[in-house]
Amino acid sequence: MYAFDYQRPAGLDEALAALRAGEDVKVLAGGQTLLPTLKQRLAQPSALVDLAAIPELSRIEHGPYFLTIGAMARHAEVAASPMVAEAIPALAELAGLIGDPAVRNRGTIGGSIANNDPTADYPAACLALGATVVTSTRRIAAEDFFTGLFETALAEDEVILAVEFPVGARAAYRKFRNPASRYAMAGVFVAARDGEVRVAVTGAGQGGVFRWNDAEAALSADFSPAALDGLTLDPSDVMADLHGSAEYRAQLVKVMAKRAVAAIAS
Amino acid sequence: MNANSFDSSKVTPLGAPVRRKEDRRFITGKGRYTDDLARPGQTHAYFLRSPYAHARIRGIDTAAAAAMPGVVAILTGHDLAADGIRGLICGWMIHSKDGSPMKAGYHPALAKDKVRYVGDHVAVVIGETLNAAKDAAAAIAVDYEVLPAAADLGSAQAAGAAHIHDDAPRNTAFEWELGDKTATEAAFARAAHVTTIDLVNNRLAPNPMEPRAAIGEYDAGDESYTLWTTSQNPHVARLVLSAFVGLAPENKLRVIAPDVGGGFGSKIFIYAEETVCAWASKRVGRPVKWTCDRSEAFLCDAHGRDHITHGELALDGQGKIIGFRVKTTANMGAYLSTFASCVPTYLYATLLSGQYDIPAIYCEVDAVYTNTAPVDAYRGAGRPEATFLVERIVEKAAREIGQDSAEFRRRNFITSFPHQTPVILSYDIGGYAASLDKALELSDYANFPARKAEAARRGKLRGIGLSNYIEACGIAPSAAVGSLGAGVGLWESAEVRVNPTGNVEVLTGSHSHGQGHETTFAQLVSARLGIPIDHVTIVHGDTDKVQFGMGTYGSRSGAVGMSAISKALDKVEAKAKKIAAHILEASEGDIEFKDGHFTVSGTDRSLAFAAVALNAYVAHKFPTSEIEPGLKEGAFYDPVNFTFPAGCHICELEVDPETGTTEIIKWVAVDDFGAIINPMIVEGQVHGGIAQGVGQALLEGVRYDAEGQLLTGSYMDYTMPRAGDLPSFVVGMTETRCPSNPLGIKGCGEAGAIAAPPAVINALTDALGTEDIPMPATPATLWKIAQGQIARRAAE
Ligand SMILES: Cc1cc2nc3c(=O)[nH]c(=O)nc-3n(C[C@H](O)[C@H](O)[C@H](O)COP(=O)(O)OP(=O)(O)OC[C@H]3O[C@@H](n4cnc5c(N)ncnc54)[C@H](O)[C@@H]3O)c2cc1C
Repeated sequence: MYAFDYQRPAGLDEALAALRAGEDVKVLAGGQTLLPTLKQRLAQPSALVDLAAIPELSRIEHGPYFLTIGAMARHAEVAASPMVAEAIPALAELAGLIGDPAVRNRGTIGGSIANNDPTADYPAACLALGATVVTSTRRIAAEDFFTGLFETALAEDEVILAVEFPVGARAAYRKFRNPASRYAMAGVFVAARDGEVRVAVTGAGQGGVFRWNDAEAALSADFSPAALDGLTLDPSDVMADLHGSAEYRAQLVKVMAKRAVAAIAS
Repeated sequence: MNANSFDSSKVTPLGAPVRRKEDRRFITGKGRYTDDLARPGQTHAYFLRSPYAHARIRGIDTAAAAAMPGVVAILTGHDLAADGIRGLICGWMIHSKDGSPMKAGYHPALAKDKVRYVGDHVAVVIGETLNAAKDAAAAIAVDYEVLPAAADLGSAQAAGAAHIHDDAPRNTAFEWELGDKTATEAAFARAAHVTTIDLVNNRLAPNPMEPRAAIGEYDAGDESYTLWTTSQNPHVARLVLSAFVGLAPENKLRVIAPDVGGGFGSKIFIYAEETVCAWASKRVGRPVKWTCDRSEAFLCDAHGRDHITHGELALDGQGKIIGFRVKTTANMGAYLSTFASCVPTYLYATLLSGQYDIPAIYCEVDAVYTNTAPVDAYRGAGRPEATFLVERIVEKAAREIGQDSAEFRRRNFITSFPHQTPVILSYDIGGYAASLDKALELSDYANFPARKAEAARRGKLRGIGLSNYIEACGIAPSAAVGSLGAGVGLWESAEVRVNPTGNVEVLTGSHSHGQGHETTFAQLVSARLGIPIDHVTIVHGDTDKVQFGMGTYGSRSGAVGMSAISKALDKVEAKAKKIAAHILEASEGDIEFKDGHFTVSGTDRSLAFAAVALNAYVAHKFPTSEIEPGLKEGAFYDPVNFTFPAGCHICELEVDPETGTTEIIKWVAVDDFGAIINPMIVEGQVHGGIAQGVGQALLEGVRYDAEGQLLTGSYMDYTMPRAGDLPSFVVGMTETRCPSNPLGIKGCGEAGAIAAPPAVINALTDALGTEDIPMPATPATLWKIAQGQIARRAAE
């Protein structure tokens, strides 16, 4: 780890000011991604602004149309929240599948989507549910937020405040874990609302999280696992590595999608 | 009886599940590991490592780095050589078939002119802080001439392969053989059926929870060194560093292995980093500390296994095994590590008879250098490789001739003892059919077909796999291993010091790094002397306290280490009887020792052990011209034979053909470990061993790319077994006491890791209906195989 300054402001304005005060100042949330990066000397920020002391950032609120999760809400809090369980149970389930207890107790939804790891879980939920990312300067639709591998629409000094999820969809998430890291090898979030079906896939795409349009079309016509039988992702769009070929991941995506559909249908 | 029912203020009988005494310390954070220690004035070492698998070093420019703040010193291989520090050694001499000695390429602690694997040690930076050392390391300019790498075992002996050590043509350290080639060929000539198999035994990273660490400290006053280090055998470390590496005379080097958090073999060896910390402490005049990080551990801790093997089994017309022929290529990595050479030879080929009566065996082993981390002993060391081969080929042979594989095994079992195998070992005792029967019963083997059919209705592929393993433990009779090339004897020592108030310190040459010696060894002393277990302290891991010892590996601490303690206790008892006889005014022959009391037989005149201990030191009541004061006895115990734990493990599992995921449904382990001191600790060893064996079979595998870059350098890519990967184990025991040691112990530390891989793969081959399943059998691999099988069946 290289030396850096550390600040823990109690309010958002102070945090934003600190972020703009220097070159290469970074936000610290749960530190589950950022701190290992620093320990391995892969990044050298001049300062870290820790958001942990800003209470309004970890609020979870359930309104008539939206479930709003503060950026600093820990995965464990989302997993255990009765409000989330009532509003979007699939989201609580997803949070409970992230990493291990230590990671879930520290890691945050804001950190997860800001990082946009192509094998992270939350991005799939954001896309499938049509979430809106609320930042310090604007509101960004999930469709526009995730722009590529580890890339987002966020500006350097822009801070995620919350993620707003529309409620009322029938949804399920099925994840096939990478045996080593436990991130997703294939994570499929299916959400159905008023005849519209959205299928978002993480862990498999060459360009990160994506919507599987063919599957959405097939399921909109016939919402059943069998509707996916004839479909396959083009392996040239799918990641391949030590843990599995593109063909294998494509297969996993399909199986996870079918299982998610089956879970919703039952 | 449960573990809670034992009170540490009571005598603890042998065979009782006494709770581990050491765990209070460990689970309350009071353990003292090497990294917990801080020496006054200590500096921090950081090793600059080679980023290339194979390169010539044209020059190392340290000038800019040395001028950076917080740098104490930067040392290279040239400084080591200037101080006369010699290379690291391999302590077991193997001769090739042609009689030539093995070709041990020179292994300096810091590379001088060439690096041979990614992670090889190029220089050490010693800093005021670790960060200062790291900053400076990044500023060292090394001029590498990158060479082609020979990273792949299968092609490293080929004509065009890169040449790793000048004195090892074809990258071959030795070409060794064992057994009777002619007799084996004759058996194959008359065989009614021959089964062949080709296997890869995958390379594993040891992954102890505590990474390696060292602090070297030089005392200029008495010109002596102290090395705190994560060692399984501190005395052997001292011997090697003194006699071979040339660091300091033995009497000027103290090695302390404090609490050590697991080793699995990887902490037996004498590595570059520990050596350099000790040596450099004199150079810089301050203590030098190094703690390995997890990434470094993946690169540099000696790996395990990594064999390519072809096996052939000859059967007669009745399904009796008549011959076994084996050709193995064993990966040594870039250098021969401390005991690397004995692992694929005398710890491997000697076990190829398994539990079976095989009249003729012939095995050839080529030990091959590659541009990868050194490979050495890892839990089981050689014996898992042998068992994997034997149990896979036996299973395959049974299937080929259409026999039930349990029945096939039973018909070929060795049933009378002692049994001389054609590969050196003489099995003293065993009861293989008893373990098999019990395991078949516990697994409800008879009804497996119904369970398989039921699983098929759910779309799952269910399989069952047996593994009848045997291992040679309690290593080892000194003269025997000496005749096979070992540089040391493998006895063990113990000293029992009785204090005047009757409590006891036991100094042992065994080393506990997770095995629970502080409990089992104390349990033995408590039971023998009739004193509470908390009156017994076990001292180990310090060459200044314990005179000498060979350390802990090869499941030897019970069979060999405790036998030494038992022998010393015999001497304590004999002397105490003499003293008791004087005090009780009886003849020595009339004194009985039972339940902690010395009694004149047939009377009620009696003295407690503590009273005799006090008298021994007060020395008022016996003639000191005949009996020396004090009560302290030592013993060296050299085993007369190996011990032969054996058993039967049965794995039942299901594969989901849609995803390739394996779920282990049931695991039955029936082991014969001889006498058992503490069944709870033994069961824990079995559980841990199975976890590592399942890890090898389903999850773990070190992978390098063609350039010798490590692909599995962190837990993001190297899969460790987790609790959720394992079922709750059904553990049963059968017992044939070991006849060759006083306690009847065989050993249990490696059994699970040895037994498990073939049990899993036999179950998977059963489930999928093909013999060709590699380890680790990951979901991706199994999915592909399952698809192939489904397509094949559809075509048929
Ligand atoms: C062992 C392990 C296993 C894991 N397994 C999984 C898994 O299975 N699935 C999964 O999805 N994830 C997994 N993760 C990642 C985990 O979910 C982390 O929570 C996530 O990567 C980052 O969240 P964080 O709060 O720790 O962010 P940090 O590490 O603190 O920050 C990450 C990045 O986001 C930026 N950032 C943080 N908060 C904000 C904000 N509010 N606004 C703008 N930028 C911000 C930071 O500046 C930094 O660049 C795992 C991590 C570990 C260590």
